[in-house]
Amino acid sequence: MSVLVVLISLSLLAALGFLGAFIWAVKNGQFDDYETPSMRMLMENKKDTIQNNQK
Amino acid sequence: MEAIQEIHLNKMGQKQSCYHCGDTCPNSRIRIGEKIFCCNGCKMVYELLESNEMCDYYQYSETPGTTPVEAGLKTKFKYLEDEEMRRKLVNFSDGNTASVTFYVPSMHCSSCVWLLENLVRLNPLIHSSRVNYLKKEVQITFEETASTLRQLAELLTSLGYEPQINLDSLVHREDKNLDRDLYLKIGVAGFCFINIMMFHFPEYLAGEQEVESGLSNFFNYLSVALALPVLLYSSLDYFKSAWSALRSKFVNMDVPISLGVITLFTRSIYEVFSGVGSGYMDSFTGLIFLLLVGKLFEKKTYDSLSFERSYKSYFPVSAAKKTDTGETSVPLENLQPGDRILIRSQELIPADSVLIRGNALIDYSFVTGESAPVEKKSGDIIYAGGKQTAGILELDVIKPVNQSYLTELWNDEAFTKPVHSRIISAADSVSRYFTVAVISIALASAVFWAGSSWNLALNAFTAVLIVACPCALALSTPFTLGNTLRVFGWNKFYLKNTAVVEALATIRHIVFDKTGTITRSAVAAISFDSEQELSQEEASMVYSLVRQSMHPLSRQLVSYLNNSKTLPLNNFTEEAGQGISADFNGTTVRVGSARFVGFDSESGQNASRVYLSVNNRLRGSFMIYNALRPGLKKTIAALKKRFKIHLLSGDNEYERKRMESLFGRDADMHFKQSPFEKLAFIKKLQKQNKSVLMVGDGLNDAGALKQSDVGISLTEDLNSFSPASDAVLDAGSLNRLPDFIDFSRKSMRIILISFVISFIYNITGMYFAIQGTLSPLIAALLMPASSISVVVFTTGGVMFLARRMNFKLSGSGGAL
Repeated sequence: MSVLVVLISLSLLAALGFLGAFIWAVKNGQFDDYETPSMRMLMENKKDTIQNNQK
Repeated sequence: MEAIQEIHLNKMGQKQSCYHCGDTCPNSRIRIGEKIFCCNGCKMVYELLESNEMCDYYQYSETPGTTPVEAGLKTKFKYLEDEEMRRKLVNFSDGNTASVTFYVPSMHCSSCVWLLENLVRLNPLIHSSRVNYLKKEVQITFEETASTLRQLAELLTSLGYEPQINLDSLVHREDKNLDRDLYLKIGVAGFCFINIMMFHFPEYLAGEQEVESGLSNFFNYLSVALALPVLLYSSLDYFKSAWSALRSKFVNMDVPISLGVITLFTRSIYEVFSGVGSGYMDSFTGLIFLLLVGKLFEKKTYDSLSFERSYKSYFPVSAAKKTDTGETSVPLENLQPGDRILIRSQELIPADSVLIRGNALIDYSFVTGESAPVEKKSGDIIYAGGKQTAGILELDVIKPVNQSYLTELWNDEAFTKPVHSRIISAADSVSRYFTVAVISIALASAVFWAGSSWNLALNAFTAVLIVACPCALALSTPFTLGNTLRVFGWNKFYLKNTAVVEALATIRHIVFDKTGTITRSAVAAISFDSEQELSQEEASMVYSLVRQSMHPLSRQLVSYLNNSKTLPLNNFTEEAGQGISADFNGTTVRVGSARFVGFDSESGQNASRVYLSVNNRLRGSFMIYNALRPGLKKTIAALKKRFKIHLLSGDNEYERKRMESLFGRDADMHFKQSPFEKLAFIKKLQKQNKSVLMVGDGLNDAGALKQSDVGISLTEDLNSFSPASDAVLDAGSLNRLPDFIDFSRKSMRIILISFVISFIYNITGMYFAIQGTLSPLIAALLMPASSISVVVFTTGGVMFLARRMNFKLSGSGGAL
């Protein structure tokens, strides 16, 4: 039965990882603007644009 | 010259549009190769982009540009070199690098986004720039020198994206963290809820005995561990709200929620640690999760609309002060009475002042809604808020900015005191009785069972509190009103929040502003006032004459007389702001002010009049009224049946007759109302315990809009300025106002019905709870069943109503 305990603990840990990713995304501002990224992704990335956006 | 060429081109059917901005080009002389431009400004932008290999700009949308404004550019942003001003404007600065957020209202397509995010190619001092399209903001990080900020503003302006910098830009608000906070709380609650439910799953299927006890304990402890963050973080707002309500001796919806939540948690802890059972952590976390989702649903916000604008979002940050040595820019707050200031064309008068020199033609449309510019002579007092539309002015300030005639309105208690909503939400008023009822039932059942067993008594007491937790009740309001808000948004009626729907349902009195609300500011109704009608030939002469002038009144006459012929004219003269004259085959025609035409103006008449003289004989005058909004008569008639209607106007009584034909003779009409009197009028109605709806549009209505129970600001262009209000209504939807109010009332009825539904669930649950036989399984079933049925009923009900009332059920939700 202890196998089950180990497995469930592991799955919970994995899930916590996803929760962490979600918290990071919110804090990073990923949910602040729903409109602009949809326009941005259609634009061609020339070299200097890429550098610019990675800053 | 250009006007003649335009006629020529139009006749030949060769309308060509500008490669940059898409406007019709008056001629095809401004060109580069095949590409034609409407003006040198557009051509310059193109050249600048071309030399930097940035013509991708024209690929993302057709003719994406806006014509850059040139007037006064050289000195306009000089104040941005001022150190104090820079410090106030930037978001942060470490001495080398700084970042600033500009509001750029002319942003309108993906090309704009592309160009604004590639500014780095145009100025090496810029490190990066990032656009938020919905908010029309661009955030720029740059290398800080004394002049970079000014260069940035000038660069943007020269590209046609003039940043709007006003008094409000100096205040940095941290509002977006509120949204993030809610997302995080929902995320945490959802995560814990799903996992706890998984741990409880074996119990749902099997009886408690069948699950191995070691494993069952492990699951229970894990559940407690996961429930802790939900209690200590996600549900914190409910406890805070309940506590502050109780402290001010008031019971709101959050009180019974908190009561239920805390009982759920403590009883679960007791069960788990004493080994009696496995607790209700799944119900507890699920409840909080659903409540938070309801909160998110209720919070439909319109990013590009602002409901909080005061005069500050409209006034500039500095004024050009004239000194012995020349001209310096002074922050607006430092402007003192006695200062001599310079106002250029298209600039705003920041404080009440006396006109010293210059040709003043002031546009007060933002203040009153009246679009025809007002003429002022030197020595006249010019009130703050008007916009100069002619040349340069010299003014002597007589009052500081925040004590001017208009801006003093914001010192009234309506603005300075915190707002206490006069309307208690339906949910809160129900919960008062609800809480009392639940606690007495819980106590009664405890007393009843106390005789046989203390354990059973405690069991029944907590079970009642748990099952009576009004989660379905708490969900019905956000889902009903949230949906109503969306339906309104699709029909161009944008509310600040859901509380406005509830307030709208209680309205008894409706107060209208006249200019700009009842009348349209851009469209004029014109009549010719004379003993003799205008002949065909005279009409043609006036038409040919006024079409030479760009004055707003001339433009209105052009559209009034547009059935006339164009005649050749000689000796055309224009005296700016006064009038125009010309000869037609020996007949001299003068059109303009009474003085210009050569006669004294009649007193007592305040409509805009344009006088006409033919061969120095007064022929008559054109009276120019603002046109009424179409279809209004029917709307007013419909409203009159159910509400008391009032009209407030800042104008003289000369329009009383026309208003009577619209509102009826018995209507309550008040003229010559100052901004303060409008505010006082609303207060007076409210003192008689009447709830008031105010519809207005200008800054002079701002006080009344703020004071009224529901203030609706009417606008023809959603991107343009509207004063602080509870709701913004597109002028095209004004005729649906009776329907909007009706719909709000019906939404409230839906909420009441859903209350009944959730009570039925509560009573069923209570039936088991009082007997002390509430099992976790029933608790776990009842909670989601009642919540889901309430959500489905309210959403379905609102959508069904909206369809039956012919409301549009989709729309530009994304753009707003």
